[in-house]
Amino acid sequence: MVKHMTRNRRSFLKLAGAAIALSIAPLKLLAEFVRPEKALAATDLDGVFAQLGTPTDSDQIMLESPDIAENGAVVPVGVTSNIPGTSKIYVVIEKNPNPLAAAFAIPEGTEAFVQTRVKVAQTSPIYAVVEAGGKLYKTSRETKVTLGGCGG
Amino acid sequence: MAGQIRIRAKLEGDVAEVKALMRHPMETGQRKDSAGNKIPAHFITQVIAKMGDKVVLESQWGAAVSQNPFLSFRVKGAKAGDTITVEWLDNKGETDSGEAVVK
Amino acid sequence: MIIKRLPKLKVIGLCLGLFGVNSAIAQDDPFAEYRAMMGDDNPAIFVSEEGADLWQAPNGPKQASFEQCDLGLGPGIVEGAYAQLPRYFADTQQVMDLESRLFYCMETLQGRSPEEARKKPYSSTGDMGTEIEALVTYIAEQSTGMPIALPQQHPLEIAAYEQGKSLFYYRAGPHDFSCATCHRQSDKRIRLQNLPNLTTNEGAGAAYSSWPAYRISQGLVRTMGWRMQSCGRQQRLPELQPGSEAVISLMTFMGVNAKGTEMAAPGLKR
Repeated sequence: MVKHMTRNRRSFLKLAGAAIALSIAPLKLLAEFVRPEKALAATDLDGVFAQLGTPTDSDQIMLESPDIAENGAVVPVGVTSNIPGTSKIYVVIEKNPNPLAAAFAIPEGTEAFVQTRVKVAQTSPIYAVVEAGGKLYKTSRETKVTLGGCGG
Repeated sequence: MAGQIRIRAKLEGDVAEVKALMRHPMETGQRKDSAGNKIPAHFITQVIAKMGDKVVLESQWGAAVSQNPFLSFRVKGAKAGDTITVEWLDNKGETDSGEAVVK
Repeated sequence: MIIKRLPKLKVIGLCLGLFGVNSAIAQDDPFAEYRAMMGDDNPAIFVSEEGADLWQAPNGPKQASFEQCDLGLGPGIVEGAYAQLPRYFADTQQVMDLESRLFYCMETLQGRSPEEARKKPYSSTGDMGTEIEALVTYIAEQSTGMPIALPQQHPLEIAAYEQGKSLFYYRAGPHDFSCATCHRQSDKRIRLQNLPNLTTNEGAGAAYSSWPAYRISQGLVRTMGWRMQSCGRQQRLPELQPGSEAVISLMTFMGVNAKGTEMAAPGLKR
Protein backbone atom coordinates (compact mmCIF):
# COMPACT_ATOMS: atom_id res chain seq x y z
CA MET A 1 0.00 0.00 0.00
CA VAL A 2 2.77 2.41 0.98
CA LYS A 3 4.74 1.49 -2.10
CA HIS A 4 1.63 1.99 -4.18
CA MET A 5 1.16 5.48 -2.83
CA THR A 6 4.77 6.40 -3.48
CA ARG A 7 4.33 5.57 -7.11
CA ASN A 8 1.13 7.56 -7.27
CA ARG A 9 2.74 10.52 -5.64
CA ARG A 10 5.51 10.39 -8.15
CA SER A 11 3.16 10.35 -11.11
CA PHE A 12 1.15 13.04 -9.43
CA LEU A 13 4.27 15.16 -8.98
CA LYS A 14 5.01 14.63 -12.63
CA LEU A 15 1.55 15.92 -13.45
CA ALA A 16 2.04 18.88 -11.15
CA GLY A 17 5.35 19.56 -12.86
CA ALA A 18 3.64 19.57 -16.22
CA ALA A 19 1.09 21.99 -14.88
CA ILE A 20 3.81 24.39 -13.77
CA ALA A 21 5.49 24.10 -17.13
CA LEU A 22 2.23 25.17 -18.73
CA SER A 23 2.05 27.99 -16.18
CA ILE A 24 -1.25 26.73 -14.84
CA ALA A 25 -1.56 27.14 -11.09
CA PRO A 26 0.13 24.04 -9.64
CA LEU A 27 -2.05 21.64 -7.74
CA LYS A 28 -1.38 21.46 -4.06
CA LEU A 29 -3.27 18.40 -3.06
CA LEU A 30 -0.67 17.20 -0.62
CA ALA A 31 -0.81 20.38 1.40
CA GLU A 32 -0.63 19.58 5.09
CA PHE A 33 -2.95 16.77 6.04
CA VAL A 34 -0.89 13.58 6.05
CA ARG A 35 -2.86 10.60 4.81
CA PRO A 36 -3.80 8.35 7.75
CA GLU A 37 -2.67 5.39 5.69
CA LYS A 38 -2.70 2.76 8.43
CA ALA A 39 -6.07 3.82 9.79
CA LEU A 40 -7.56 3.69 6.28
CA ALA A 41 -6.11 0.21 5.79
CA ALA A 42 -7.35 -1.11 9.14
CA THR A 43 -9.90 -3.88 8.79
CA ASP A 44 -11.88 -3.47 12.00
CA LEU A 45 -12.99 -0.76 14.39
CA ASP A 46 -10.30 -1.59 16.96
CA GLY A 47 -7.71 -1.34 14.22
CA VAL A 48 -8.92 2.12 13.28
CA PHE A 49 -8.93 3.32 16.90
CA ALA A 50 -5.51 1.75 17.45
CA GLN A 51 -4.22 4.12 14.79
CA LEU A 52 -6.25 7.23 15.52
CA GLY A 53 -6.48 6.85 19.28
CA THR A 54 -9.49 5.83 21.33
CA PRO A 55 -12.28 8.40 21.33
CA THR A 56 -14.59 9.15 24.25
CA ASP A 57 -18.34 9.60 23.82
CA SER A 58 -19.58 13.12 23.27
CA ASP A 59 -23.05 14.60 22.96
CA GLN A 60 -21.56 17.61 21.21
CA ILE A 61 -21.30 15.79 17.88
CA MET A 62 -24.30 15.62 15.58
CA LEU A 63 -24.30 12.68 13.21
CA GLU A 64 -26.90 12.72 10.48
CA SER A 65 -27.63 9.54 8.55
CA PRO A 66 -30.84 7.82 7.53
CA ASP A 67 -32.40 5.11 9.72
CA ILE A 68 -32.91 2.98 6.65
CA ALA A 69 -30.99 3.38 3.42
CA GLU A 70 -32.68 2.36 0.23
CA ASN A 71 -29.30 1.41 -1.04
CA GLY A 72 -26.05 0.72 0.77
CA ALA A 73 -24.05 2.00 -2.20
CA VAL A 74 -24.92 5.57 -1.38
CA VAL A 75 -25.69 6.56 2.20
CA PRO A 76 -25.74 10.27 3.01
CA VAL A 77 -23.75 11.12 6.14
CA GLY A 78 -23.42 14.52 7.77
CA VAL A 79 -21.28 15.40 10.79
CA THR A 80 -21.43 18.62 12.81
CA SER A 81 -19.17 19.15 15.81
CA ASN A 82 -19.88 21.71 18.50
CA ILE A 83 -16.63 20.90 20.28
CA PRO A 84 -14.41 24.00 20.29
CA GLY A 85 -11.17 23.63 18.35
CA THR A 86 -12.41 20.80 16.15
CA SER A 87 -9.63 20.13 13.66
CA LYS A 88 -10.51 16.76 12.16
CA ILE A 89 -13.61 14.73 11.40
CA TYR A 90 -13.53 11.02 10.63
CA VAL A 91 -16.38 8.95 9.20
CA VAL A 92 -16.15 5.32 10.29
CA ILE A 93 -18.49 2.50 9.23
CA GLU A 94 -17.98 -0.36 11.64
CA LYS A 95 -18.99 -3.28 9.41
CA ASN A 96 -17.21 -2.16 6.23
CA PRO A 97 -14.12 -4.11 5.07
CA ASN A 98 -12.11 -0.97 5.85
CA PRO A 99 -14.14 0.91 8.46
CA LEU A 100 -12.48 4.32 8.03
CA ALA A 101 -14.21 5.80 4.99
CA ALA A 102 -13.00 9.38 5.00
CA ALA A 103 -10.97 11.81 7.07
CA PHE A 104 -11.36 15.58 6.92
CA ALA A 105 -9.02 18.30 8.19
CA ILE A 106 -10.94 21.42 9.17
CA PRO A 107 -8.80 24.54 9.16
CA GLU A 108 -9.71 27.61 11.20
CA GLY A 109 -12.41 29.58 9.42
CA THR A 110 -14.24 26.48 8.20
CA GLU A 111 -17.23 25.27 10.19
CA ALA A 112 -16.84 21.91 11.88
CA PHE A 113 -19.27 20.34 9.44
CA VAL A 114 -18.98 17.95 6.52
CA GLN A 115 -21.51 16.04 4.53
CA THR A 116 -20.76 13.25 2.07
CA ARG A 117 -22.15 9.95 0.81
CA VAL A 118 -20.58 6.62 1.66
CA LYS A 119 -20.94 2.94 0.90
CA VAL A 120 -22.29 0.86 3.75
CA ALA A 121 -21.72 -2.82 3.06
CA GLN A 122 -24.32 -4.05 5.55
CA THR A 123 -26.45 -2.73 8.40
CA SER A 124 -23.86 -1.11 10.62
CA PRO A 125 -23.20 1.48 13.28
CA ILE A 126 -21.72 4.61 11.74
CA TYR A 127 -19.28 6.59 13.89
CA ALA A 128 -18.43 10.24 13.66
CA VAL A 129 -15.03 10.72 15.28
CA VAL A 130 -13.86 14.23 16.01
CA GLU A 131 -10.41 15.48 16.96
CA ALA A 132 -10.29 18.68 18.99
CA GLY A 133 -7.43 20.03 21.06
CA GLY A 134 -5.48 16.81 20.55
CA LYS A 135 -8.30 14.66 21.96
CA LEU A 136 -10.70 12.32 20.22
CA TYR A 137 -14.46 12.22 20.67
CA LYS A 138 -17.15 10.10 19.07
CA THR A 139 -20.82 9.54 18.56
CA SER A 140 -22.59 6.82 16.57
CA ARG A 141 -25.89 5.74 15.16
CA GLU A 142 -27.03 2.75 13.17
CA THR A 143 -28.10 2.78 9.53
CA LYS A 144 -30.01 -0.21 8.26
CA VAL A 145 -29.23 -1.23 4.72
CA THR A 146 -31.91 -2.97 2.69
CA LEU A 147 -32.04 -4.51 -0.72
CA GLY A 148 -34.01 -2.53 -3.25
CA GLY A 149 -37.13 -3.89 -5.00
CA CYS A 150 -36.60 -5.81 -8.24
CA GLY A 151 -32.88 -6.52 -8.46
CA GLY A 152 -32.56 -4.67 -11.76
CA MET B 1 -11.82 13.00 -16.73
CA ALA B 2 -11.06 16.67 -16.80
CA GLY B 3 -13.50 19.29 -15.67
CA GLN B 4 -16.09 17.02 -14.15
CA ILE B 5 -16.75 18.65 -10.83
CA ARG B 6 -19.92 20.62 -10.22
CA ILE B 7 -19.75 23.13 -7.41
CA ARG B 8 -22.34 25.41 -5.92
CA ALA B 9 -21.38 27.95 -3.26
CA LYS B 10 -24.30 29.73 -1.66
CA LEU B 11 -23.81 32.67 0.67
CA GLU B 12 -25.82 32.78 3.90
CA GLY B 13 -24.72 35.72 6.01
CA ASP B 14 -20.93 35.45 5.85
CA VAL B 15 -20.92 31.68 5.48
CA ALA B 16 -20.56 30.02 2.09
CA GLU B 17 -22.30 26.66 1.92
CA VAL B 18 -20.41 24.65 -0.67
CA LYS B 19 -21.79 21.56 -2.39
CA ALA B 20 -19.56 19.67 -4.77
CA LEU B 21 -20.41 16.70 -6.95
CA MET B 22 -17.53 14.84 -8.60
CA ARG B 23 -17.56 12.40 -11.50
CA HIS B 24 -15.58 9.34 -10.45
CA PRO B 25 -16.21 5.55 -10.47
CA MET B 26 -14.83 5.05 -6.89
CA GLU B 27 -14.17 1.38 -7.60
CA THR B 28 -13.30 -0.56 -4.47
CA GLY B 29 -11.44 -3.32 -6.29
CA GLN B 30 -13.99 -5.84 -4.98
CA ARG B 31 -16.54 -5.63 -7.81
CA LYS B 32 -16.64 -7.87 -10.85
CA ASP B 33 -17.63 -6.89 -14.38
CA SER B 34 -20.17 -8.82 -16.44
CA ALA B 35 -17.41 -11.17 -17.64
CA GLY B 36 -16.55 -12.05 -14.03
CA ASN B 37 -13.24 -10.19 -13.97
CA LYS B 38 -12.37 -8.07 -10.97
CA ILE B 39 -12.64 -4.37 -11.68
CA PRO B 40 -9.39 -2.80 -10.41
CA ALA B 41 -9.55 -0.37 -7.51
CA HIS B 42 -9.88 3.20 -8.72
CA PHE B 43 -10.83 5.82 -6.19
CA ILE B 44 -10.18 9.37 -5.13
CA THR B 45 -7.64 9.47 -2.29
CA GLN B 46 -7.45 13.19 -1.60
CA VAL B 47 -9.65 16.21 -1.99
CA ILE B 48 -8.68 19.75 -1.24
CA ALA B 49 -10.88 22.82 -1.29
CA LYS B 50 -9.79 26.44 -1.32
CA MET B 51 -11.42 29.81 -1.12
CA GLY B 52 -9.15 32.08 -3.10
CA ASP B 53 -5.67 30.83 -2.08
CA LYS B 54 -6.67 29.67 1.37
CA VAL B 55 -7.16 25.99 2.03
CA VAL B 56 -10.63 25.58 3.56
CA LEU B 57 -10.93 21.80 3.65
CA GLU B 58 -8.58 18.88 3.18
CA SER B 59 -9.65 15.28 3.06
CA GLN B 60 -8.19 11.81 2.73
CA TRP B 61 -10.55 9.18 1.43
CA GLY B 62 -10.75 5.42 1.19
CA ALA B 63 -12.72 3.51 -1.43
CA ALA B 64 -15.88 3.60 0.69
CA VAL B 65 -16.86 7.07 -0.43
CA SER B 66 -19.69 6.54 -2.91
CA GLN B 67 -19.42 6.61 -6.66
CA ASN B 68 -19.71 10.12 -8.10
CA PRO B 69 -18.82 11.59 -4.72
CA PHE B 70 -20.73 14.36 -3.02
CA LEU B 71 -19.10 16.72 -0.55
CA SER B 72 -20.57 19.63 1.35
CA PHE B 73 -18.91 22.02 3.81
CA ARG B 74 -19.29 25.59 5.13
CA VAL B 75 -16.71 28.34 5.01
CA LYS B 76 -16.90 31.35 7.30
CA GLY B 77 -15.82 34.85 6.29
CA ALA B 78 -17.00 34.42 2.71
CA LYS B 79 -18.39 37.16 0.52
CA ALA B 80 -20.13 37.22 -2.82
CA GLY B 81 -17.65 36.90 -5.65
CA ASP B 82 -15.13 34.74 -3.74
CA THR B 83 -13.88 31.77 -5.71
CA ILE B 84 -14.13 28.24 -4.36
CA THR B 85 -11.99 25.56 -5.97
CA VAL B 86 -12.18 21.83 -5.37
CA GLU B 87 -9.45 19.48 -6.60
CA TRP B 88 -9.00 15.76 -6.27
CA LEU B 89 -6.24 13.20 -6.76
CA ASP B 90 -6.97 9.50 -7.20
CA ASN B 91 -5.00 6.28 -6.67
CA LYS B 92 -3.98 6.24 -10.33
CA GLY B 93 -2.49 9.72 -10.10
CA GLU B 94 -5.29 11.31 -12.06
CA THR B 95 -6.57 14.68 -10.97
CA ASP B 96 -9.47 16.97 -11.66
CA SER B 97 -10.53 20.37 -10.44
CA GLY B 98 -13.48 22.68 -10.62
CA GLU B 99 -14.40 26.10 -9.35
CA ALA B 100 -17.41 28.21 -8.55
CA VAL B 101 -18.07 31.77 -7.51
CA VAL B 102 -19.81 32.35 -4.19
CA LYS B 103 -23.29 33.73 -4.79
CA MET C 1 -36.85 -13.55 -9.42
CA ILE C 2 -40.13 -11.86 -8.70
CA ILE C 3 -41.78 -15.14 -7.87
CA LYS C 4 -38.96 -16.03 -5.56
CA ARG C 5 -38.99 -12.69 -3.86
CA LEU C 6 -42.66 -12.16 -3.33
CA PRO C 7 -42.88 -14.48 -0.32
CA LYS C 8 -40.11 -12.45 1.27
CA LEU C 9 -42.49 -9.58 1.81
CA LYS C 10 -43.72 -11.33 4.90
CA VAL C 11 -40.20 -11.90 6.08
CA ILE C 12 -39.34 -8.25 5.59
CA GLY C 13 -42.43 -7.27 7.52
CA LEU C 14 -41.26 -9.47 10.34
CA CYS C 15 -37.77 -7.99 10.26
CA LEU C 16 -39.23 -4.53 10.51
CA GLY C 17 -41.13 -5.61 13.58
CA LEU C 18 -37.89 -6.77 15.14
CA PHE C 19 -36.15 -3.54 14.30
CA GLY C 20 -38.98 -1.65 15.92
CA VAL C 21 -39.77 0.38 12.85
CA ASN C 22 -43.19 1.94 12.87
CA SER C 23 -45.11 -0.17 10.39
CA ALA C 24 -47.34 2.74 9.36
CA ILE C 25 -44.28 4.67 8.22
CA ALA C 26 -42.84 1.58 6.57
CA GLN C 27 -46.01 1.15 4.58
CA ASP C 28 -45.97 4.77 3.49
CA ASP C 29 -42.44 5.18 2.32
CA PRO C 30 -39.64 4.00 4.56
CA PHE C 31 -37.13 5.75 2.34
CA ALA C 32 -38.63 9.24 2.46
CA GLU C 33 -36.00 10.38 4.97
CA TYR C 34 -33.21 8.81 2.91
CA ARG C 35 -34.41 10.46 -0.28
CA ALA C 36 -34.76 13.82 1.42
CA MET C 37 -31.14 13.56 2.54
CA MET C 38 -30.05 12.82 -1.00
CA GLY C 39 -31.47 16.20 -2.01
CA ASP C 40 -31.32 17.27 -5.60
CA ASP C 41 -27.62 16.68 -6.11
CA ASN C 42 -28.09 14.22 -8.92
CA PRO C 43 -24.99 12.87 -10.68
CA ALA C 44 -27.13 12.61 -13.82
CA ILE C 45 -26.05 16.19 -14.46
CA PHE C 46 -22.74 14.86 -15.80
CA VAL C 47 -24.51 12.43 -18.09
CA SER C 48 -26.81 15.16 -19.36
CA GLU C 49 -23.80 17.33 -20.19
CA GLU C 50 -22.18 14.45 -22.05
CA GLY C 51 -25.43 14.05 -23.96
CA ALA C 52 -25.45 17.74 -24.93
CA ASP C 53 -21.91 17.34 -26.30
CA LEU C 54 -22.85 14.16 -28.18
CA TRP C 55 -25.90 15.88 -29.69
CA GLN C 56 -23.65 18.50 -31.25
CA ALA C 57 -20.66 16.33 -32.14
CA PRO C 58 -20.14 15.14 -35.73
CA ASN C 59 -20.24 11.34 -35.81
CA GLY C 60 -20.44 8.41 -38.23
CA PRO C 61 -19.32 8.12 -41.87
CA LYS C 62 -21.24 11.27 -42.76
CA GLN C 63 -19.64 13.21 -39.91
CA ALA C 64 -23.00 14.70 -39.02
CA SER C 65 -24.28 15.72 -35.60
CA PHE C 66 -27.81 15.08 -34.30
CA GLU C 67 -28.66 18.75 -34.70
CA GLN C 68 -30.90 18.06 -37.68
CA CYS C 69 -32.53 15.06 -36.01
CA ASP C 70 -36.31 15.46 -35.90
CA LEU C 71 -37.69 14.26 -32.56
CA GLY C 72 -41.24 15.10 -33.55
CA LEU C 73 -41.29 18.87 -33.16
CA GLY C 74 -39.13 19.61 -36.20
CA PRO C 75 -35.45 19.10 -37.06
CA GLY C 76 -33.17 19.97 -34.16
CA ILE C 77 -35.95 20.92 -31.73
CA VAL C 78 -35.15 19.22 -28.44
CA GLU C 79 -37.13 21.32 -25.99
CA GLY C 80 -40.35 19.60 -25.08
CA ALA C 81 -39.79 16.69 -27.47
CA TYR C 82 -39.47 13.99 -24.81
CA ALA C 83 -42.82 14.85 -23.19
CA GLN C 84 -44.55 13.99 -26.50
CA LEU C 85 -42.84 10.68 -27.24
CA PRO C 86 -43.60 8.05 -28.44
CA ARG C 87 -45.44 9.59 -31.42
CA TYR C 88 -46.12 8.94 -35.11
CA PHE C 89 -43.44 9.98 -37.60
CA ALA C 90 -44.48 10.53 -41.19
CA ASP C 91 -40.99 9.80 -42.58
CA THR C 92 -40.94 6.25 -41.23
CA GLN C 93 -44.72 5.84 -41.04
CA GLN C 94 -44.26 4.40 -37.57
CA VAL C 95 -44.83 5.30 -33.97
CA MET C 96 -41.38 5.74 -32.45
CA ASP C 97 -39.96 6.34 -29.00
CA LEU C 98 -36.85 8.43 -28.38
CA GLU C 99 -34.44 5.50 -28.55
CA SER C 100 -35.75 4.17 -31.86
CA ARG C 101 -35.73 7.73 -33.20
CA LEU C 102 -32.10 8.17 -32.19
CA PHE C 103 -31.20 4.90 -33.92
CA TYR C 104 -32.97 6.26 -37.00
CA CYS C 105 -30.99 9.53 -36.90
CA MET C 106 -27.73 7.62 -36.39
CA GLU C 107 -28.48 5.69 -39.56
CA THR C 108 -29.97 8.39 -41.78
CA LEU C 109 -28.07 11.50 -40.67
CA GLN C 110 -24.79 10.02 -39.55
CA GLY C 111 -24.65 7.08 -41.95
CA ARG C 112 -24.02 4.51 -39.26
CA SER C 113 -25.12 0.92 -39.78
CA PRO C 114 -28.20 -0.36 -37.94
CA GLU C 115 -25.95 -2.88 -36.15
CA GLU C 116 -23.51 -0.22 -35.00
CA ALA C 117 -26.29 2.11 -33.91
CA ARG C 118 -27.90 -0.62 -31.78
CA LYS C 119 -24.67 -2.23 -30.63
CA LYS C 120 -24.77 -1.22 -26.98
CA PRO C 121 -27.60 1.05 -25.94
CA TYR C 122 -27.45 0.15 -22.24
CA SER C 123 -24.49 -0.02 -19.88
CA SER C 124 -23.29 -3.18 -18.20
CA THR C 125 -21.88 -3.30 -14.66
CA GLY C 126 -18.74 -1.22 -14.40
CA ASP C 127 -19.47 0.83 -17.52
CA MET C 128 -19.56 4.60 -17.27
CA GLY C 129 -22.56 5.07 -19.56
CA THR C 130 -23.45 4.78 -23.23
CA GLU C 131 -24.14 7.23 -26.04
CA ILE C 132 -27.87 6.45 -25.95
CA GLU C 133 -28.07 6.88 -22.17
CA ALA C 134 -26.35 10.27 -22.41
CA LEU C 135 -28.46 11.50 -25.32
CA VAL C 136 -31.72 10.37 -23.71
CA THR C 137 -30.75 12.09 -20.43
CA TYR C 138 -29.96 15.35 -22.18
CA ILE C 139 -33.09 15.28 -24.34
CA ALA C 140 -35.42 14.31 -21.48
CA GLU C 141 -34.02 17.11 -19.35
CA GLN C 142 -35.10 19.59 -22.04
CA SER C 143 -38.70 18.67 -21.20
CA THR C 144 -38.42 19.37 -17.46
CA GLY C 145 -41.59 20.96 -16.12
CA MET C 146 -43.55 20.28 -19.29
CA PRO C 147 -46.73 18.22 -19.14
CA ILE C 148 -46.59 14.75 -20.62
CA ALA C 149 -48.68 14.97 -23.79
CA LEU C 150 -48.37 12.01 -26.11
CA PRO C 151 -50.39 12.69 -29.25
CA GLN C 152 -53.27 10.29 -29.85
CA GLN C 153 -54.50 11.55 -33.22
CA HIS C 154 -52.94 9.30 -35.83
CA PRO C 155 -54.57 5.86 -36.11
CA LEU C 156 -51.19 4.24 -35.46
CA GLU C 157 -50.77 6.23 -32.25
CA ILE C 158 -54.16 4.99 -31.07
CA ALA C 159 -53.26 1.49 -32.18
CA ALA C 160 -49.96 1.67 -30.26
CA TYR C 161 -51.88 2.57 -27.10
CA GLU C 162 -54.28 -0.33 -27.59
CA GLN C 163 -51.46 -2.75 -28.31
CA GLY C 164 -49.55 -1.48 -25.27
CA LYS C 165 -52.62 -2.02 -23.15
CA SER C 166 -53.05 -5.59 -24.31
CA LEU C 167 -49.35 -6.31 -23.80
CA PHE C 168 -49.58 -4.80 -20.31
CA TYR C 169 -52.21 -7.35 -19.35
CA TYR C 170 -50.76 -10.21 -21.39
CA ARG C 171 -49.59 -13.06 -19.18
CA ALA C 172 -46.62 -14.96 -20.55
CA GLY C 173 -43.37 -16.67 -19.74
CA PRO C 174 -42.60 -19.58 -17.40
CA HIS C 175 -44.04 -17.65 -14.44
CA ASP C 176 -47.20 -16.60 -16.27
CA PHE C 177 -46.56 -12.98 -15.36
CA SER C 178 -47.87 -9.83 -16.95
CA CYS C 179 -46.83 -6.21 -16.33
CA ALA C 180 -50.20 -5.92 -14.60
CA THR C 181 -49.24 -8.58 -12.06
CA CYS C 182 -47.07 -6.00 -10.32
CA HIS C 183 -48.37 -2.70 -11.71
CA ARG C 184 -52.16 -2.80 -11.74
CA GLN C 185 -52.92 -2.20 -8.07
CA SER C 186 -52.05 0.66 -5.75
CA ASP C 187 -50.17 0.23 -2.47
CA LYS C 188 -48.24 -2.84 -3.56
CA ARG C 189 -44.59 -3.29 -2.97
CA ILE C 190 -41.69 -5.62 -3.47
CA ARG C 191 -39.57 -5.79 -0.35
CA LEU C 192 -39.70 -2.16 0.78
CA GLN C 193 -40.13 -0.69 -2.68
CA ASN C 194 -43.46 0.79 -3.61
CA LEU C 195 -44.75 -0.41 -6.97
CA PRO C 196 -46.48 2.21 -9.08
CA ASN C 197 -49.97 1.43 -10.34
CA LEU C 198 -49.39 2.18 -14.01
CA THR C 199 -53.08 2.03 -14.86
CA THR C 200 -53.75 5.26 -12.96
CA ASN C 201 -52.81 8.79 -13.98
CA GLU C 202 -50.99 9.30 -10.69
CA GLY C 203 -48.98 6.07 -10.84
CA ALA C 204 -48.15 6.24 -14.52
CA GLY C 205 -47.33 9.95 -14.16
CA ALA C 206 -44.92 9.38 -11.29
CA ALA C 207 -43.15 6.66 -13.24
CA TYR C 208 -43.15 8.23 -16.69
CA SER C 209 -41.98 11.65 -15.50
CA SER C 210 -39.01 10.29 -13.55
CA TRP C 211 -37.26 8.26 -16.26
CA PRO C 212 -34.49 8.42 -17.38
CA ALA C 213 -33.09 8.26 -13.86
CA TYR C 214 -29.77 7.98 -12.11
CA ARG C 215 -29.79 4.56 -10.51
CA ILE C 216 -27.85 4.96 -7.29
CA SER C 217 -27.19 1.24 -6.95
CA GLN C 218 -25.58 1.14 -10.38
CA GLY C 219 -23.99 4.57 -10.59
CA LEU C 220 -25.56 4.98 -14.01
CA VAL C 221 -28.39 6.73 -15.73
CA ARG C 222 -30.98 4.20 -16.89
CA THR C 223 -33.62 4.89 -19.50
CA MET C 224 -37.28 3.93 -19.58
CA GLY C 225 -36.40 1.46 -22.35
CA TRP C 226 -33.90 -0.21 -20.04
CA ARG C 227 -36.46 -0.31 -17.24
CA MET C 228 -38.92 -2.12 -19.50
CA GLN C 229 -36.29 -4.55 -20.70
CA SER C 230 -35.40 -5.25 -17.09
CA CYS C 231 -39.05 -5.87 -16.14
CA GLY C 232 -39.31 -8.26 -19.09
CA ARG C 233 -36.19 -10.08 -17.96
CA GLN C 234 -37.66 -10.54 -14.50
CA GLN C 235 -40.80 -11.95 -16.10
CA ARG C 236 -38.54 -14.34 -18.03
CA LEU C 237 -39.87 -13.07 -21.34
CA PRO C 238 -37.78 -13.11 -24.50
CA GLU C 239 -35.49 -10.05 -24.27
CA LEU C 240 -37.36 -6.86 -25.11
CA GLN C 241 -35.31 -5.11 -27.76
CA PRO C 242 -34.61 -1.37 -27.39
CA GLY C 243 -36.76 0.63 -29.77
CA SER C 244 -38.91 -2.40 -30.62
CA GLU C 245 -42.63 -2.26 -31.32
CA ALA C 246 -43.41 -4.01 -28.03
CA VAL C 247 -41.44 -1.47 -26.00
CA ILE C 248 -42.87 1.48 -27.93
CA SER C 249 -46.44 0.21 -27.43
CA LEU C 250 -45.94 -0.30 -23.70
CA MET C 251 -44.41 3.17 -23.41
CA THR C 252 -47.33 4.65 -25.32
CA PHE C 253 -49.80 2.96 -22.96
CA MET C 254 -47.90 4.29 -19.96
CA GLY C 255 -47.29 7.75 -21.41
CA VAL C 256 -50.92 8.28 -22.40
CA ASN C 257 -52.00 7.19 -18.91
CA ALA C 258 -49.51 9.72 -17.52
CA LYS C 259 -51.05 12.61 -19.45
CA GLY C 260 -50.59 16.04 -17.89
CA THR C 261 -47.93 15.06 -15.35
CA GLU C 262 -44.95 17.41 -15.45
CA MET C 263 -41.69 15.87 -16.58
CA ALA C 264 -39.07 15.73 -13.83
CA ALA C 265 -36.30 13.72 -15.45
CA PRO C 266 -33.56 12.82 -14.94
CA GLY C 267 -34.82 11.29 -11.73
CA LEU C 268 -32.82 9.91 -8.82
CA LYS C 269 -33.66 6.36 -7.84
CA ARG C 270 -32.37 3.77 -5.40
